[in-house]
Amino acid sequence: MTMQAEPAEAQAASGSNRMIWADAIHKSYGRNDVLKGIDLEVAAGEVVCLIGPSGSGKSTFLRCMNHLETVDDGIMWVAGRVVGYEMKGDRLHEQSYAQVCRSRTKIGMVFQHFNLFPHMTVLGNIMEAPTVALRQKKSVVRERAMRLLEQVGLAEKAQHYPRQLSGGQQQRVAIARALCMEPSLMLFDEPTSALDPELVGEVLKVMKDLARTGMTMVVVTHEMNFARDMADRVVFMDGGVIVEEGPAAELITNPRHPRTKEFLASVL
Amino acid sequence: MSTLTTSTFGKSSRSSDGFTIVKAKHPGRWIAAGVLLALVALVLYSVFTNDRFGWPVVAYYFTDFSIARGLLITLELTVISMVIGMALGVILAVMRLSPNPVVRMAAAAYVYFFRGTPVLVQLLFWYNLAALYPTINLGILGLQFDANAVITPMFAAILGLGLNQGAYMSEIVRAGLLSVDSGQVEAAGALGINRFHTLRRIVLPQAMRVIIPPTGNETIGMLKTTSLVSVLAVPEVLYSAQVIYARTFDTIPLLIVASLWYIVVTTVLSIGQYYLERHFARGSQRELPPTPLQKIAYLFRVHDRRLPVSTKTDQENSR
Repeated sequence: MTMQAEPAEAQAASGSNRMIWADAIHKSYGRNDVLKGIDLEVAAGEVVCLIGPSGSGKSTFLRCMNHLETVDDGIMWVAGRVVGYEMKGDRLHEQSYAQVCRSRTKIGMVFQHFNLFPHMTVLGNIMEAPTVALRQKKSVVRERAMRLLEQVGLAEKAQHYPRQLSGGQQQRVAIARALCMEPSLMLFDEPTSALDPELVGEVLKVMKDLARTGMTMVVVTHEMNFARDMADRVVFMDGGVIVEEGPAAELITNPRHPRTKEFLASVL
Repeated sequence: MSTLTTSTFGKSSRSSDGFTIVKAKHPGRWIAAGVLLALVALVLYSVFTNDRFGWPVVAYYFTDFSIARGLLITLELTVISMVIGMALGVILAVMRLSPNPVVRMAAAAYVYFFRGTPVLVQLLFWYNLAALYPTINLGILGLQFDANAVITPMFAAILGLGLNQGAYMSEIVRAGLLSVDSGQVEAAGALGINRFHTLRRIVLPQAMRVIIPPTGNETIGMLKTTSLVSVLAVPEVLYSAQVIYARTFDTIPLLIVASLWYIVVTTVLSIGQYYLERHFARGSQRELPPTPLQKIAYLFRVHDRRLPVSTKTDQENSR
Protein backbone atom coordinates (compact mmCIF):
# COMPACT_ATOMS: atom_id res chain seq x y z
CA MET A 1 0.00 0.00 0.00
CA THR A 2 1.30 3.39 -0.91
CA MET A 3 -1.19 5.57 0.84
CA GLN A 4 0.14 8.96 1.69
CA ALA A 5 -2.19 11.62 2.91
CA GLU A 6 -0.93 15.13 3.27
CA PRO A 7 -2.27 16.77 6.40
CA ALA A 8 -3.33 19.80 4.36
CA GLU A 9 -5.52 17.66 2.21
CA ALA A 10 -6.98 15.99 5.26
CA GLN A 11 -7.96 19.34 6.62
CA ALA A 12 -9.50 20.31 3.35
CA ALA A 13 -11.55 17.15 3.39
CA SER A 14 -13.00 17.79 6.81
CA GLY A 15 -13.35 21.52 6.37
CA SER A 16 -15.47 21.72 3.24
CA ASN A 17 -19.03 20.50 2.83
CA ARG A 18 -17.66 17.55 0.94
CA MET A 19 -19.48 14.36 2.02
CA ILE A 20 -17.42 11.94 -0.07
CA TRP A 21 -14.00 12.33 -1.51
CA ALA A 22 -12.65 9.32 -3.36
CA ASP A 23 -8.97 9.81 -4.11
CA ALA A 24 -7.49 7.48 -6.73
CA ILE A 25 -9.33 4.35 -5.58
CA HIS A 26 -7.86 1.07 -6.82
CA LYS A 27 -9.32 -2.36 -6.18
CA SER A 28 -8.61 -5.75 -7.67
CA TYR A 29 -9.70 -9.32 -7.10
CA GLY A 30 -6.62 -11.38 -7.84
CA ARG A 31 -5.50 -10.33 -11.30
CA ASN A 32 -8.84 -8.78 -12.12
CA ASP A 33 -8.57 -4.99 -11.72
CA VAL A 34 -12.06 -3.81 -10.86
CA LEU A 35 -11.33 -0.19 -10.01
CA LYS A 36 -8.43 1.53 -11.74
CA GLY A 37 -8.05 4.84 -9.99
CA ILE A 38 -11.37 6.50 -9.34
CA ASP A 39 -11.63 10.13 -8.28
CA LEU A 40 -14.97 11.47 -7.21
CA GLU A 41 -16.30 14.18 -4.95
CA VAL A 42 -19.83 14.34 -3.66
CA ALA A 43 -21.03 17.41 -1.82
CA ALA A 44 -23.38 17.20 1.16
CA GLY A 45 -26.97 17.22 -0.05
CA GLU A 46 -26.03 16.10 -3.53
CA VAL A 47 -27.68 13.19 -5.36
CA VAL A 48 -25.24 11.32 -7.58
CA CYS A 49 -26.15 8.40 -9.83
CA LEU A 50 -23.54 5.87 -10.91
CA ILE A 51 -24.42 4.28 -14.22
CA GLY A 52 -22.59 1.93 -16.51
CA PRO A 53 -22.60 -1.60 -17.93
CA SER A 54 -22.47 -4.53 -15.51
CA GLY A 55 -18.93 -5.33 -14.46
CA SER A 56 -17.89 -1.70 -14.75
CA GLY A 57 -17.08 -1.60 -11.03
CA LYS A 58 -19.83 0.79 -9.92
CA SER A 59 -21.22 -1.53 -7.19
CA THR A 60 -17.72 -2.28 -5.91
CA PHE A 61 -16.96 1.45 -5.79
CA LEU A 62 -20.17 2.07 -3.84
CA ARG A 63 -19.30 -0.72 -1.39
CA CYS A 64 -15.90 0.88 -0.77
CA MET A 65 -17.74 3.89 0.67
CA ASN A 66 -18.84 1.97 3.78
CA HIS A 67 -15.93 -0.46 3.86
CA LEU A 68 -17.94 -3.51 2.74
CA GLU A 69 -15.03 -3.76 0.30
CA THR A 70 -11.53 -2.77 1.31
CA VAL A 71 -9.63 -0.36 -0.89
CA ASP A 72 -6.30 -1.65 -2.26
CA ASP A 73 -4.85 1.74 -3.05
CA GLY A 74 -6.06 5.30 -2.72
CA ILE A 75 -8.08 6.89 0.05
CA MET A 76 -11.83 7.09 0.57
CA TRP A 77 -13.01 9.97 2.74
CA VAL A 78 -16.56 10.09 4.06
CA ALA A 79 -17.73 12.98 6.23
CA GLY A 80 -14.15 14.14 6.71
CA ARG A 81 -12.80 10.81 7.90
CA VAL A 82 -10.87 8.07 6.17
CA VAL A 83 -13.05 4.99 5.63
CA GLY A 84 -11.75 1.92 7.44
CA TYR A 85 -8.62 3.58 8.83
CA GLU A 86 -7.64 5.83 11.68
CA MET A 87 -5.32 8.63 10.68
CA LYS A 88 -2.52 9.31 13.14
CA GLY A 89 0.00 11.75 11.72
CA ASP A 90 1.03 10.35 8.36
CA ARG A 91 0.09 6.79 9.30
CA LEU A 92 -3.17 5.03 8.64
CA HIS A 93 -4.09 2.43 11.25
CA GLU A 94 -6.57 -0.19 10.16
CA GLN A 95 -9.74 0.06 12.24
CA SER A 96 -11.12 -2.80 14.31
CA TYR A 97 -14.46 -4.22 13.20
CA ALA A 98 -16.14 -2.47 16.12
CA GLN A 99 -14.75 0.89 14.94
CA VAL A 100 -15.83 0.17 11.36
CA CYS A 101 -19.32 -0.61 12.67
CA ARG A 102 -19.41 2.67 14.57
CA SER A 103 -18.66 4.72 11.46
CA ARG A 104 -21.16 2.71 9.42
CA THR A 105 -24.01 3.81 11.66
CA LYS A 106 -23.81 7.19 9.86
CA ILE A 107 -24.04 5.59 6.39
CA GLY A 108 -27.27 3.92 5.31
CA MET A 109 -27.20 1.25 2.64
CA VAL A 110 -29.94 -0.31 0.52
CA PHE A 111 -29.21 -3.57 -1.28
CA GLN A 112 -30.40 -5.01 -4.56
CA HIS A 113 -31.90 -8.02 -2.77
CA PHE A 114 -33.27 -6.02 0.20
CA ASN A 115 -31.55 -8.32 2.76
CA LEU A 116 -34.30 -7.84 5.32
CA PHE A 117 -34.05 -10.09 8.37
CA PRO A 118 -36.69 -12.74 7.58
CA HIS A 119 -37.20 -13.87 11.19
CA MET A 120 -38.15 -10.39 12.38
CA THR A 121 -41.29 -8.39 11.71
CA VAL A 122 -41.11 -5.24 9.62
CA LEU A 123 -41.01 -3.14 12.79
CA GLY A 124 -38.40 -5.47 14.31
CA ASN A 125 -36.22 -5.07 11.20
CA ILE A 126 -36.31 -1.30 11.48
CA MET A 127 -35.80 -1.14 15.24
CA GLU A 128 -32.96 -3.67 15.46
CA ALA A 129 -29.93 -1.53 14.61
CA PRO A 130 -30.91 1.67 16.47
CA THR A 131 -31.59 -0.30 19.67
CA VAL A 132 -28.62 -2.67 19.38
CA ALA A 133 -25.91 -0.59 17.69
CA LEU A 134 -26.88 2.90 18.90
CA ARG A 135 -28.41 1.69 22.20
CA GLN A 136 -31.32 4.04 21.87
CA LYS A 137 -34.45 3.55 23.94
CA LYS A 138 -37.02 1.22 22.40
CA SER A 139 -39.92 3.60 22.87
CA VAL A 140 -38.06 6.40 21.08
CA VAL A 141 -36.98 4.12 18.24
CA ARG A 142 -40.46 2.65 17.84
CA GLU A 143 -41.97 6.08 17.40
CA ARG A 144 -39.40 7.01 14.78
CA ALA A 145 -39.79 3.65 13.03
CA MET A 146 -43.56 4.06 12.78
CA ARG A 147 -43.15 7.58 11.40
CA LEU A 148 -40.75 6.25 8.75
CA LEU A 149 -43.10 3.39 7.89
CA GLU A 150 -45.82 5.97 7.36
CA GLN A 151 -43.49 7.94 5.09
CA VAL A 152 -42.90 4.88 2.90
CA GLY A 153 -46.61 4.03 3.05
CA LEU A 154 -46.37 0.78 4.98
CA ALA A 155 -47.56 1.67 8.48
CA GLU A 156 -50.21 -1.07 8.41
CA LYS A 157 -47.57 -3.71 7.61
CA ALA A 158 -45.54 -3.11 10.79
CA GLN A 159 -46.33 -6.52 12.27
CA HIS A 160 -45.93 -8.47 9.02
CA TYR A 161 -42.92 -10.62 8.22
CA PRO A 162 -40.83 -9.68 5.14
CA ARG A 163 -41.90 -12.79 3.24
CA GLN A 164 -45.51 -11.67 3.45
CA LEU A 165 -44.66 -8.50 1.47
CA SER A 166 -44.08 -7.85 -2.22
CA GLY A 167 -40.59 -7.01 -3.45
CA GLY A 168 -41.42 -3.32 -3.73
CA GLN A 169 -42.79 -3.25 -0.19
CA GLN A 170 -39.72 -5.08 1.11
CA GLN A 171 -37.41 -2.56 -0.51
CA ARG A 172 -39.38 0.32 1.00
CA VAL A 173 -38.99 -1.35 4.42
CA ALA A 174 -35.24 -1.68 3.73
CA ILE A 175 -35.07 2.06 3.02
CA ALA A 176 -36.98 2.84 6.23
CA ARG A 177 -34.61 0.50 8.11
CA ALA A 178 -31.58 2.41 6.84
CA LEU A 179 -33.19 5.80 7.55
CA CYS A 180 -34.04 4.87 11.13
CA MET A 181 -30.31 5.10 11.91
CA GLU A 182 -30.57 8.80 10.96
CA PRO A 183 -27.64 8.56 8.52
CA SER A 184 -26.02 11.55 6.85
CA LEU A 185 -25.36 9.57 3.67
CA MET A 186 -27.45 6.96 1.85
CA LEU A 187 -25.99 4.40 -0.55
CA PHE A 188 -28.28 2.54 -2.96
CA ASP A 189 -26.93 -0.54 -4.73
CA GLU A 190 -29.27 -1.19 -7.69
CA PRO A 191 -32.34 -0.84 -5.46
CA THR A 192 -34.86 -1.63 -8.21
CA SER A 193 -32.99 -4.26 -10.23
CA ALA A 194 -34.57 -7.24 -8.46
CA LEU A 195 -38.11 -5.89 -8.73
CA ASP A 196 -40.94 -6.69 -11.11
CA PRO A 197 -41.36 -3.72 -13.51
CA GLU A 198 -44.69 -2.63 -12.02
CA LEU A 199 -43.13 -2.39 -8.53
CA VAL A 200 -40.19 -0.18 -9.52
CA GLY A 201 -42.27 3.02 -9.39
CA GLU A 202 -43.22 2.78 -5.71
CA VAL A 203 -39.56 2.40 -4.66
CA LEU A 204 -38.40 5.25 -6.90
CA LYS A 205 -41.11 7.48 -5.45
CA VAL A 206 -39.78 6.89 -1.92
CA MET A 207 -36.26 7.66 -3.16
CA LYS A 208 -37.45 10.85 -4.85
CA ASP A 209 -39.15 11.96 -1.63
CA LEU A 210 -35.90 11.28 0.19
CA ALA A 211 -33.85 13.24 -2.36
CA ARG A 212 -36.13 16.26 -1.87
CA THR A 213 -35.36 16.27 1.88
CA GLY A 214 -31.74 17.11 1.03
CA MET A 215 -30.27 13.71 1.87
CA THR A 216 -26.87 13.01 0.31
CA MET A 217 -27.43 10.00 -1.94
CA VAL A 218 -25.20 7.85 -4.12
CA VAL A 219 -27.28 5.57 -6.31
CA VAL A 220 -26.06 2.77 -8.53
CA THR A 221 -28.93 2.34 -10.96
CA HIS A 222 -30.14 1.37 -14.40
CA GLU A 223 -33.17 3.66 -14.10
CA MET A 224 -32.19 6.42 -16.52
CA ASN A 225 -35.42 8.34 -15.93
CA PHE A 226 -34.72 8.50 -12.21
CA ALA A 227 -31.13 9.59 -12.91
CA ARG A 228 -32.25 12.31 -15.31
CA ASP A 229 -35.04 13.62 -13.06
CA MET A 230 -33.53 13.37 -9.61
CA ALA A 231 -29.75 13.29 -9.82
CA ASP A 232 -27.69 16.45 -9.53
CA ARG A 233 -24.89 14.64 -11.25
CA VAL A 234 -24.51 11.41 -13.23
CA VAL A 235 -21.28 9.47 -13.36
CA PHE A 236 -20.75 6.99 -16.18
CA MET A 237 -18.30 4.21 -15.34
CA ASP A 238 -16.86 1.58 -17.64
CA GLY A 239 -13.97 -0.85 -17.18
CA GLY A 240 -13.10 0.39 -13.70
CA VAL A 241 -12.71 4.06 -14.59
CA ILE A 242 -14.99 7.08 -14.73
CA VAL A 243 -15.52 7.74 -18.43
CA GLU A 244 -17.68 10.80 -18.15
CA GLU A 245 -19.51 12.77 -15.51
CA GLY A 246 -21.71 15.81 -15.53
CA PRO A 247 -25.10 17.34 -14.73
CA ALA A 248 -27.78 14.67 -15.09
CA ALA A 249 -29.88 16.09 -17.90
CA GLU A 250 -26.83 17.05 -19.91
CA LEU A 251 -25.00 13.74 -19.66
CA ILE A 252 -28.04 11.60 -20.42
CA THR A 253 -29.53 13.67 -23.23
CA ASN A 254 -26.26 14.84 -24.70
CA PRO A 255 -23.39 12.48 -23.89
CA ARG A 256 -19.98 13.42 -25.28
CA HIS A 257 -17.93 10.25 -24.99
CA PRO A 258 -18.68 7.56 -27.61
CA ARG A 259 -18.81 4.82 -24.97
CA THR A 260 -21.40 6.77 -22.99
CA LYS A 261 -23.41 7.25 -26.18
CA GLU A 262 -23.21 3.55 -26.94
CA PHE A 263 -24.32 2.57 -23.42
CA LEU A 264 -27.19 5.05 -23.28
CA ALA A 265 -28.38 3.95 -26.71
CA SER A 266 -28.56 0.38 -25.48
CA VAL A 267 -30.52 1.11 -22.29
CA LEU A 268 -32.82 3.97 -23.30
CA MET B 1 -62.17 -46.69 -17.40
CA SER B 2 -65.57 -45.10 -17.55
CA THR B 3 -68.71 -46.71 -18.87
CA LEU B 4 -72.11 -45.32 -19.65
CA THR B 5 -74.52 -46.77 -17.12
CA THR B 6 -77.75 -45.86 -15.47
CA SER B 7 -76.97 -47.58 -12.20
CA THR B 8 -74.91 -45.73 -9.62
CA PHE B 9 -74.57 -48.53 -7.11
CA GLY B 10 -71.29 -49.71 -5.58
CA LYS B 11 -68.00 -47.82 -5.76
CA SER B 12 -68.88 -45.99 -8.91
CA SER B 13 -70.26 -42.50 -9.05
CA ARG B 14 -71.84 -40.50 -11.80
CA SER B 15 -69.95 -37.57 -13.23
CA SER B 16 -71.72 -34.49 -14.56
CA ASP B 17 -71.64 -35.64 -18.18
CA GLY B 18 -73.45 -38.87 -17.40
CA PHE B 19 -70.46 -41.20 -17.32
CA THR B 20 -69.96 -43.47 -14.35
CA ILE B 21 -66.44 -43.46 -12.92
CA VAL B 22 -65.30 -46.87 -11.72
CA LYS B 23 -62.37 -46.54 -9.33
CA ALA B 24 -59.26 -48.62 -10.08
CA LYS B 25 -58.82 -51.71 -7.91
CA HIS B 26 -55.49 -52.31 -6.26
CA PRO B 27 -55.20 -56.03 -5.51
CA GLY B 28 -51.48 -55.72 -4.69
CA ARG B 29 -52.18 -53.25 -1.90
CA TRP B 30 -54.78 -55.52 -0.37
CA ILE B 31 -52.42 -58.51 -0.44
CA ALA B 32 -49.51 -56.55 1.09
CA ALA B 33 -51.73 -55.14 3.83
CA GLY B 34 -53.17 -58.60 4.52
CA VAL B 35 -49.77 -60.23 4.86
CA LEU B 36 -48.48 -57.52 7.18
CA LEU B 37 -51.57 -57.57 9.37
CA ALA B 38 -51.29 -61.35 9.65
CA LEU B 39 -47.66 -61.03 10.76
CA VAL B 40 -48.55 -58.35 13.32
CA ALA B 41 -51.33 -60.56 14.65
CA LEU B 42 -48.89 -63.46 15.02
CA VAL B 43 -46.39 -61.32 16.93
CA LEU B 44 -49.08 -59.88 19.20
CA TYR B 45 -50.46 -63.33 19.87
CA SER B 46 -47.01 -64.56 20.90
CA VAL B 47 -46.35 -61.45 23.01
CA PHE B 48 -49.53 -61.89 25.02
CA THR B 49 -49.51 -65.68 25.33
CA ASN B 50 -45.82 -66.23 26.16
CA ASP B 51 -45.73 -66.08 29.96
CA ARG B 52 -42.03 -65.36 29.95
CA PHE B 53 -42.69 -61.78 28.92
CA GLY B 54 -43.93 -61.46 32.49
CA TRP B 55 -46.43 -58.65 31.90
CA PRO B 56 -47.62 -58.65 35.53
CA VAL B 57 -43.97 -58.17 36.59
CA VAL B 58 -43.58 -55.37 34.04
CA ALA B 59 -46.69 -53.67 35.42
CA TYR B 60 -45.42 -54.10 38.97
CA TYR B 61 -42.01 -52.54 38.37
CA PHE B 62 -43.11 -49.92 35.81
CA THR B 63 -43.83 -47.42 38.59
CA ASP B 64 -41.29 -48.79 41.06
CA PHE B 65 -39.52 -46.12 43.14
CA SER B 66 -35.98 -47.01 42.09
CA ILE B 67 -37.04 -47.10 38.41
CA ALA B 68 -38.63 -43.66 38.78
CA ARG B 69 -35.49 -42.35 40.48
CA GLY B 70 -33.43 -43.90 37.67
CA LEU B 71 -35.63 -42.19 35.10
CA LEU B 72 -35.00 -38.84 36.77
CA ILE B 73 -31.24 -39.41 36.61
CA THR B 74 -31.53 -40.41 32.94
CA LEU B 75 -33.42 -37.18 32.21
CA GLU B 76 -30.96 -35.14 34.24
CA LEU B 77 -28.01 -36.65 32.36
CA THR B 78 -29.72 -36.06 29.00
CA VAL B 79 -30.52 -32.43 29.73
CA ILE B 80 -27.16 -31.49 31.25
CA SER B 81 -25.14 -33.29 28.55
CA MET B 82 -27.18 -31.69 25.77
CA VAL B 83 -26.84 -28.21 27.29
CA ILE B 84 -23.07 -28.66 27.56
CA GLY B 85 -23.03 -30.15 24.06
CA MET B 86 -24.95 -27.25 22.53
CA ALA B 87 -22.91 -24.56 24.27
CA LEU B 88 -19.68 -26.27 23.21
CA GLY B 89 -21.12 -26.85 19.75
CA VAL B 90 -21.82 -23.15 19.19
CA ILE B 91 -18.38 -22.14 20.51
CA LEU B 92 -16.60 -24.77 18.39
CA ALA B 93 -18.63 -23.91 15.29
CA VAL B 94 -17.78 -20.21 15.61
CA MET B 95 -14.14 -21.18 16.18
CA ARG B 96 -14.22 -23.30 13.01
CA LEU B 97 -15.33 -20.23 11.04
CA SER B 98 -12.75 -17.92 12.63
CA PRO B 99 -10.28 -16.02 10.44
CA ASN B 100 -7.50 -17.12 12.86
CA PRO B 101 -5.99 -20.40 11.60
CA VAL B 102 -4.81 -21.49 15.08
CA VAL B 103 -8.30 -21.09 16.52
CA ARG B 104 -9.73 -22.94 13.51
CA MET B 105 -7.27 -25.82 13.90
CA ALA B 106 -7.91 -26.13 17.64
CA ALA B 107 -11.62 -26.58 17.05
CA ALA B 108 -10.97 -29.06 14.25
CA ALA B 109 -8.61 -31.06 16.49
CA TYR B 110 -11.22 -31.21 19.27
CA VAL B 111 -13.83 -32.55 16.88
CA TYR B 112 -11.27 -34.98 15.44
CA PHE B 113 -10.44 -36.54 18.81
CA PHE B 114 -13.91 -36.72 20.30
CA ARG B 115 -15.53 -37.98 17.12
CA GLY B 116 -12.72 -40.45 16.54
CA THR B 117 -13.09 -42.38 19.81
CA PRO B 118 -16.12 -44.34 21.09
CA VAL B 119 -18.06 -42.51 23.77
CA LEU B 120 -17.93 -45.64 25.96
CA VAL B 121 -14.13 -45.44 25.95
CA GLN B 122 -14.30 -41.73 26.76
CA LEU B 123 -16.62 -42.43 29.70
CA LEU B 124 -14.20 -45.02 31.11
CA PHE B 125 -11.34 -42.58 30.60
CA TRP B 126 -13.02 -39.80 32.58
CA TYR B 127 -14.06 -42.28 35.24
CA ASN B 128 -10.42 -43.33 35.66
CA LEU B 129 -8.98 -39.84 35.42
CA ALA B 130 -7.52 -40.17 38.93
CA ALA B 131 -5.13 -42.81 37.59
CA LEU B 132 -3.75 -40.21 35.20
CA TYR B 133 -3.90 -37.08 37.37
CA PRO B 134 -4.23 -38.01 41.08
CA THR B 135 -4.57 -34.33 41.98
CA ILE B 136 -6.21 -31.70 39.82
CA ASN B 137 -4.23 -28.50 40.20
CA LEU B 138 -5.72 -25.25 39.00
CA GLY B 139 -2.38 -23.52 39.39
CA ILE B 140 -3.45 -19.96 38.61
CA LEU B 141 -6.22 -19.97 41.19
CA GLY B 142 -4.11 -21.86 43.71
CA LEU B 143 -6.80 -24.50 43.92
CA GLN B 144 -6.06 -28.18 44.30
CA PHE B 145 -8.50 -31.08 44.25
CA ASP B 146 -8.28 -34.78 44.89
CA ALA B 147 -9.27 -36.29 41.54
CA ASN B 148 -10.90 -39.30 43.20
CA ALA B 149 -13.19 -37.04 45.18
CA VAL B 150 -14.05 -34.70 42.29
CA ILE B 151 -14.63 -37.27 39.55
CA THR B 152 -17.72 -39.00 40.91
CA PRO B 153 -19.42 -41.45 38.53
CA MET B 154 -22.07 -38.83 37.79
CA PHE B 155 -19.45 -36.16 37.06
CA ALA B 156 -17.52 -38.54 34.81
CA ALA B 157 -20.77 -39.36 33.00
CA ILE B 158 -21.63 -35.69 32.44
CA LEU B 159 -18.09 -34.89 31.28
CA GLY B 160 -17.97 -37.85 28.91
CA LEU B 161 -21.40 -37.36 27.38
CA GLY B 162 -21.27 -33.55 27.24
CA LEU B 163 -17.78 -33.17 25.77
CA ASN B 164 -18.48 -35.88 23.19
CA GLN B 165 -21.79 -34.28 22.26
CA GLY B 166 -20.06 -30.91 21.78
CA ALA B 167 -18.06 -32.37 18.89
CA TYR B 168 -21.19 -33.59 17.11
CA MET B 169 -23.19 -30.44 17.85
CA SER B 170 -20.42 -28.24 16.43
CA GLU B 171 -20.86 -29.83 13.01
CA ILE B 172 -24.61 -29.34 13.19
CA VAL B 173 -24.27 -25.71 14.27
CA ARG B 174 -21.65 -25.06 11.60
CA ALA B 175 -23.99 -26.38 8.91
CA GLY B 176 -26.67 -24.08 10.31
CA LEU B 177 -24.44 -21.01 10.30
CA LEU B 178 -23.32 -21.70 6.72
CA SER B 179 -26.96 -22.02 5.62
CA VAL B 180 -27.67 -18.36 6.40
CA ASP B 181 -27.42 -16.07 3.35
CA SER B 182 -24.26 -13.94 3.42
CA GLY B 183 -26.39 -10.92 2.55
CA GLN B 184 -27.76 -11.07 6.08
CA VAL B 185 -24.33 -10.56 7.62
CA GLU B 186 -23.63 -7.78 5.10
CA ALA B 187 -26.90 -6.00 5.89
CA ALA B 188 -26.23 -6.24 9.63
CA GLY B 189 -22.69 -4.94 9.09
CA ALA B 190 -23.89 -2.05 6.93
CA LEU B 191 -26.27 -1.09 9.76
CA GLY B 192 -23.33 -0.99 12.19
CA ILE B 193 -24.37 -4.08 14.17
CA ASN B 194 -21.22 -5.64 15.62
CA ARG B 195 -20.09 -9.25 15.17
CA PHE B 196 -21.46 -10.58 18.46
CA HIS B 197 -24.93 -9.13 17.97
CA THR B 198 -24.95 -10.17 14.32
CA LEU B 199 -24.33 -13.75 15.42
CA ARG B 200 -26.78 -13.71 18.31
CA ARG B 201 -29.65 -11.69 16.84
CA ILE B 202 -29.40 -12.22 13.07
CA VAL B 203 -27.48 -15.37 12.14
CA LEU B 204 -28.20 -17.88 14.94
CA PRO B 205 -32.00 -17.42 14.95
CA GLN B 206 -32.03 -18.12 11.21
CA ALA B 207 -29.59 -21.01 11.55
CA MET B 208 -31.90 -22.58 14.14
CA ARG B 209 -34.25 -23.78 11.41
CA VAL B 210 -31.43 -25.95 10.08
CA ILE B 211 -29.99 -26.76 13.51
CA ILE B 212 -33.12 -27.96 15.31
CA PRO B 213 -34.18 -31.08 13.39
CA PRO B 214 -30.79 -32.85 13.77
CA THR B 215 -30.50 -31.54 17.34
CA GLY B 216 -33.83 -33.15 18.20
CA ASN B 217 -32.42 -36.32 16.72
CA GLU B 218 -29.27 -35.94 18.83
CA THR B 219 -31.31 -35.34 21.99
CA ILE B 220 -33.24 -38.55 21.43
CA GLY B 221 -29.94 -40.28 20.67
CA MET B 222 -28.47 -38.85 23.88
CA LEU B 223 -31.42 -40.12 25.92
CA LYS B 224 -30.52 -43.63 24.83
CA THR B 225 -26.74 -43.13 24.98
CA THR B 226 -27.08 -42.32 28.70
CA SER B 227 -27.72 -46.06 29.17
CA LEU B 228 -23.96 -46.55 28.52
CA VAL B 229 -23.38 -44.80 31.83
CA SER B 230 -24.66 -47.96 33.56
CA VAL B 231 -21.08 -49.29 33.21
CA LEU B 232 -19.98 -46.54 35.65
CA ALA B 233 -22.66 -47.71 38.12
CA VAL B 234 -24.60 -44.45 37.77
CA PRO B 235 -28.12 -45.48 38.84
CA GLU B 236 -30.02 -44.35 35.75
CA VAL B 237 -32.99 -46.28 34.33
CA LEU B 238 -31.08 -49.21 32.84
CA TYR B 239 -28.77 -49.64 35.82
CA SER B 240 -31.75 -49.49 38.20
CA ALA B 241 -33.45 -52.21 36.17
CA GLN B 242 -30.26 -54.27 36.20
CA VAL B 243 -30.00 -53.97 39.98
CA ILE B 244 -33.52 -55.30 40.35
CA TYR B 245 -33.17 -58.23 37.96
CA ALA B 246 -29.82 -59.19 39.47
CA ARG B 247 -31.86 -59.83 42.61
CA THR B 248 -35.11 -61.27 41.18
CA PHE B 249 -33.86 -62.81 37.89
CA ASP B 250 -36.79 -61.12 36.04
CA THR B 251 -34.34 -60.05 33.35
CA ILE B 252 -36.71 -59.74 30.39
CA PRO B 253 -39.59 -57.98 32.19
CA LEU B 254 -37.23 -55.35 33.63
CA LEU B 255 -35.54 -54.72 30.30
CA ILE B 256 -39.07 -54.20 28.94
CA VAL B 257 -39.76 -51.71 31.76
CA ALA B 258 -36.64 -49.73 30.84
CA SER B 259 -37.48 -49.87 27.12
CA LEU B 260 -41.04 -48.67 27.71
CA TRP B 261 -39.76 -45.66 29.64
CA TYR B 262 -37.29 -44.81 26.87
CA ILE B 263 -40.16 -44.94 24.36
CA VAL B 264 -42.37 -42.73 26.54
CA VAL B 265 -39.70 -40.04 26.88
CA THR B 266 -38.80 -40.25 23.18
CA THR B 267 -42.44 -39.64 22.31
CA VAL B 268 -42.59 -36.57 24.54
CA LEU B 269 -39.34 -35.25 23.03
CA SER B 270 -40.62 -35.73 19.47
CA ILE B 271 -43.73 -33.70 20.25
CA GLY B 272 -41.59 -30.97 21.82
CA GLN B 273 -39.38 -30.91 18.74
CA TYR B 274 -42.39 -30.36 16.48
CA TYR B 275 -43.46 -27.28 18.41
CA LEU B 276 -39.89 -25.95 18.56
CA GLU B 277 -39.52 -26.27 14.78
CA ARG B 278 -42.83 -24.49 14.37
CA HIS B 279 -41.59 -21.65 16.57
CA PHE B 280 -38.44 -21.11 14.52
CA ALA B 281 -40.35 -21.34 11.22
CA ARG B 282 -41.49 -17.75 11.89
CA GLY B 283 -40.98 -15.68 8.76
CA SER B 284 -39.75 -18.57 6.63
CA GLN B 285 -43.24 -19.53 5.56
CA ARG B 286 -46.20 -17.31 4.88
CA GLU B 287 -48.30 -19.37 7.26
CA LEU B 288 -47.13 -21.48 10.18
CA PRO B 289 -47.72 -25.22 9.86
CA PRO B 290 -50.73 -26.34 11.92
CA THR B 291 -50.30 -27.88 15.35
CA PRO B 292 -51.47 -31.51 15.67
CA LEU B 293 -54.59 -30.27 17.46
CA GLN B 294 -55.30 -27.83 14.64
CA LYS B 295 -54.75 -30.63 12.13
CA ILE B 296 -57.43 -32.69 13.86
CA ALA B 297 -59.71 -29.66 13.87
CA TYR B 298 -59.19 -29.12 10.12
CA LEU B 299 -59.97 -32.77 9.53
CA PHE B 300 -63.35 -32.37 11.14
CA ARG B 301 -64.02 -29.08 9.42
CA VAL B 302 -63.40 -30.61 6.01
CA HIS B 303 -65.72 -33.48 6.87
CA ASP B 304 -68.39 -31.06 7.99
CA ARG B 305 -68.19 -29.33 4.65
CA ARG B 306 -68.36 -32.56 2.75
CA LEU B 307 -71.10 -34.04 4.87
CA PRO B 308 -74.11 -32.55 3.05
CA VAL B 309 -72.68 -33.67 -0.31
CA SER B 310 -72.16 -37.25 0.79
CA THR B 311 -75.58 -37.52 2.40
CA LYS B 312 -77.09 -36.33 -0.85
CA THR B 313 -75.41 -39.10 -2.84
CA ASP B 314 -76.39 -41.58 -0.14
CA GLN B 315 -80.00 -40.56 -0.60
CA GLU B 316 -79.64 -40.91 -4.34
CA ASN B 317 -78.16 -44.34 -3.90
CA SER B 318 -80.92 -45.52 -1.64
CA ARG B 319 -83.55 -44.38 -4.05
